[in-house]
This record gives sequence, C-alpha cells and structure tokens, in this order.
Amino acid sequence: MKECKALIIAGSAGSLEVLLKVLPDLRTDMSFPIIIVVHRKQGADFLLADLLSARTKLKVKEVEEKEEIMPKTIYIAPSDYHLLIEKEHTFSLDYSEKVNYSRPSIDVTFQSAAEVYTNKLACLLLSGSNADGVNGLETVTHYKGVALAQDPSTASVSYMPEQAILKVKIAHILKPEDMASYINSLNQPLTVQ
Amino acid sequence: MSNQITISDEQIEFLLADVLAWYGYDFTGYSRASLRRRIHRVFGLDKQVSFAEFRYKIINDKSYFKRFVEQITVNVTEMFRDPAFYKTLRNLVLPHFGTYPFIRIWLAGCSTGEEAYSIAIVLKELNLLNKSLIYATDINPIVLEKASQAMFPMSQMKQYSENYISSGGIKDFSSYYSANYSLAKFGDELKSKIIFSTHNLVSDHSFNEFQLILCRNVLIYFDRSLQFNVLQLFDQSLENLGYLALGTKETIDFSPITKKYKRLNTEKIWRKQGERV
Ligand SMILES: C[S@@+](CC[C@H](N)C(=O)[O-])C[C@H]1O[C@@H](n2cnc3c(N)ncnc32)[C@H](O)[C@@H]1O
Repeated sequence: MKECKALIIAGSAGSLEVLLKVLPDLRTDMSFPIIIVVHRKQGADFLLADLLSARTKLKVKEVEEKEEIMPKTIYIAPSDYHLLIEKEHTFSLDYSEKVNYSRPSIDVTFQSAAEVYTNKLACLLLSGSNADGVNGLETVTHYKGVALAQDPSTASVSYMPEQAILKVKIAHILKPEDMASYINSLNQPLTVQ
Repeated sequence: MSNQITISDEQIEFLLADVLAWYGYDFTGYSRASLRRRIHRVFGLDKQVSFAEFRYKIINDKSYFKRFVEQITVNVTEMFRDPAFYKTLRNLVLPHFGTYPFIRIWLAGCSTGEEAYSIAIVLKELNLLNKSLIYATDINPIVLEKASQAMFPMSQMKQYSENYISSGGIKDFSSYYSANYSLAKFGDELKSKIIFSTHNLVSDHSFNEFQLILCRNVLIYFDRSLQFNVLQLFDQSLENLGYLALGTKETIDFSPITKKYKRLNTEKIWRKQGERV
C-alpha cells in the first residue's frame, strides 16, 4: 500500500480481546486515524473507550458527529448509530434501519469510507458471528483499497473472517500477534517541513 | 452494492437543485454521506435503471417525489428510546412546569409519532397532560398521517414496555393501548393533546413560544451551518428558562446560541438562561 489515509478495524463477538492485544504495540506517531467499529450492546460506550485507552498512548475517543478526523487518534463508533465518513474528512452519524441486524453496521462504514479514501484505505475484519462487513470489504477492494482479515483459526468466533476470505480478495490474513507490526508498517513518517 | 450503478456526486447536486427549484424543498444543507446512501437506496429499491429516468420521474411525477422525500429522510424511531433521557424528563424537567397555567411543547422531527405519545404518557403520569399541548411537526406528511392514527405494531410493545419501565414508568404499559390484531391502538386522551402538522426546519419560521422544545436525531442529518440556523430557530421559539432537548449524539456546543444555555446533568438537555438585566 502506497499511502494509508485511514485504517478501520471492525468485528463482533470475540473482537475486543484482539484489540486489547494489538493496541499496546502500535506506534504512537501514527500518520493516519484508526477507526473502530464493533457490534455491542447499547449504552456504556465510555466503558469501551476506557478499556482501550488503558492499552495505548494514542488518543482514544468516541466519535462525535461532524468532528474532523485526525491522525494519531483512535476513534470508536458509538453504539446504535451507523458511522459514515464525509468527503471533507469528518464523521456523520445516521440513525437509519439496521443493516445485517446491526447498528453500527460494519458494511455501512466500510462502504462509506471506501468512497472517500478509495485506494488509501485499509480495513481489517476480526472475529465475529455474522457476515456484516463482508460486502463492505468487497467495496473496499472495488476501490483498490486493502482488505484484511483475522486468521480464522485464531478467532474465538471464526464465521466473520471466514466469510470474508471466502468471498473477497483479502490482501493479508493476519494472526493477532502479527497485526501491530503490519499496521505499523503502513505508517508514513510525517515529512518535516 | 459495489457492482450497481453508482450516482456521482455531481448528479446528486443536480438532483438537489431540481428538487429545490421544482418543489421548494431544500436538502442542500444535509450531510452528503447519509443523503448519498439514501438516494442510492431508493434508486435500488425502486429498480431504477438510469439516473436520467430517475431524475425525470422525480421532477415530473409529484407522487413519486413524495416517495423520494419519504425515503431519503430517515424515519426510524421508537417509544421511550433512551430510557435515561425520559427519566430525566420525568424527574428533572417536566416537574418545573407544575405551577404553569399552560404548557406548550414543540417536538420537531416527530416522524411516525412514537416520541409524541411517549411524552404524552409521561405528562399524564405527572398530572400535567390536561394543561399541555404538544406540537409535533415533521417535514414529511406521510409520517404525520401515520402518527395521527396512533397505531403501532403489536410486535414492538414488549420492547417499548421495557423501555417505559426503565425510564421510570409506574403503570402497566399495556393499559395505554388496546390490542387490535397486529396493532396496538393508543387512547384518544393522549392523542387529543397532540397536534400533528408539517413544518420544515430548513425553510419555515417560528410559530409559537414554547416551554420545551425537543428535536432528537434530526440535526445529525444536517451540516454544521444548517444545524446552527435550526438551533437559532429553536432559540427564538423558546421562552426564557425553557428547555431544549437533543438526541444522544447531538450538541449545541460550538453554535452561536451556546452561551445563553446551561446543560443539565448528563443528558443532552439545556436550559435557556433568563436575560440579565
Ligand atoms: C430519525 S427521525 C427522528 C425521530 C425521533 N425524533 C427520534 O429521535 O426517534 C428524523 C425525522 O426528521 C425529519 N426531518 C428531516 N428533515 C427535516 C426538516 N427539514 N424539517 C423537519 N423534519 C425533518 C424526518 O422526516 C424524520 O421523521
């Protein structure tokens, strides 16, 4: 990948443990934003942000609508809204019908981000028990972005990454212990002015 | 999705310009990411084959235009959605109106009415319903028509009843409706205190002065500058010491009206501060 403008990590059941493992090893001068979309129960959003920020020196925050998307920051999609990306690199939230029985839906965010970041987008699909995210990864590859999946043999629920691998051209299948170094390799040191 | 016809950004701007010119509905201040998704969705649902035909139909077929508006505006709603919000309304906001002779409430973007009936129920339990009037408005006449029927799917009632209880509801929720096959019909007492009417937040003016204005999950579809205009409209329509309530993810921070308002605890509710003399 030539230049990464955004990384989205998404998953459902069994994805939190992967995030907790990967975050501590990420570089703290990340040249792009990391956006996290995980299915979960409504409410208690601050818990997830707290859990994750205890594992990294990167700034971790829940998305606020119309907020400008910044590098060196980990954004968490709030529960019960779809998360969309605007052309001017801000977030929008949308309270429309659930997609794949899910809100936030991973497909919705992947597709919206693919239209904006095209070939400068990487999306990683983790453990989970439904196929939300698979169509979205398809769109990401359509725009020449990079589709990534967790190695199903390492996932506590393998269905989601399995479906992705079955249906989409995945660039790299990653074990949790290899994810941080892969993500770090996408980093582009900021050019000194 | 990715293999279907995609409508370009430019085509979307054409469409918005058409809709404004022919029907006077101005969607140009709406957030594009959501609008794009909705336009693609209705294009696909209606099995449209070309953008040109789609555009022609919207301009020339008034009933199709209505459908277009219904589909691009998101109408999803629930009764007692965000129970904690209703709890604050019940315990901290509405009791302030106990001594008022009359309570006027504006519910902007009421969709199919679930929120309006929820508020009427809380007012009733606080013995305030008699002297209250809820002006429930929306841009879309089709949802208002549904709202005025006061009928919601029976299949939702279990969820709504749970929401109601965790919001501090004190009665048996099923006492508020009668079961009619697959529909739950809410009583006329609630309905008699709600006026449903069209009002477009983008182009229509203030029409009264209120003690409480609620507008939840509507501003997320607007860009910042349209959000600010609408917040100013609310400010003009709100009495001193009145309350403004927004959706869980919406805020008045960063807007020009923010300095006149004070936020209440953790919910997205602000109180307008009296003018200093
Ligand atoms: C997601 S629903 C919110 C329903 C309810 N307030 C809730 O939070 O559950 C958004 C509503 O806003 C309405 N709306 C969109 N644009 C509007 C406008 N310009 N003026 C008035 N209502 C509008 C839509 O028709 C829709 O019914």
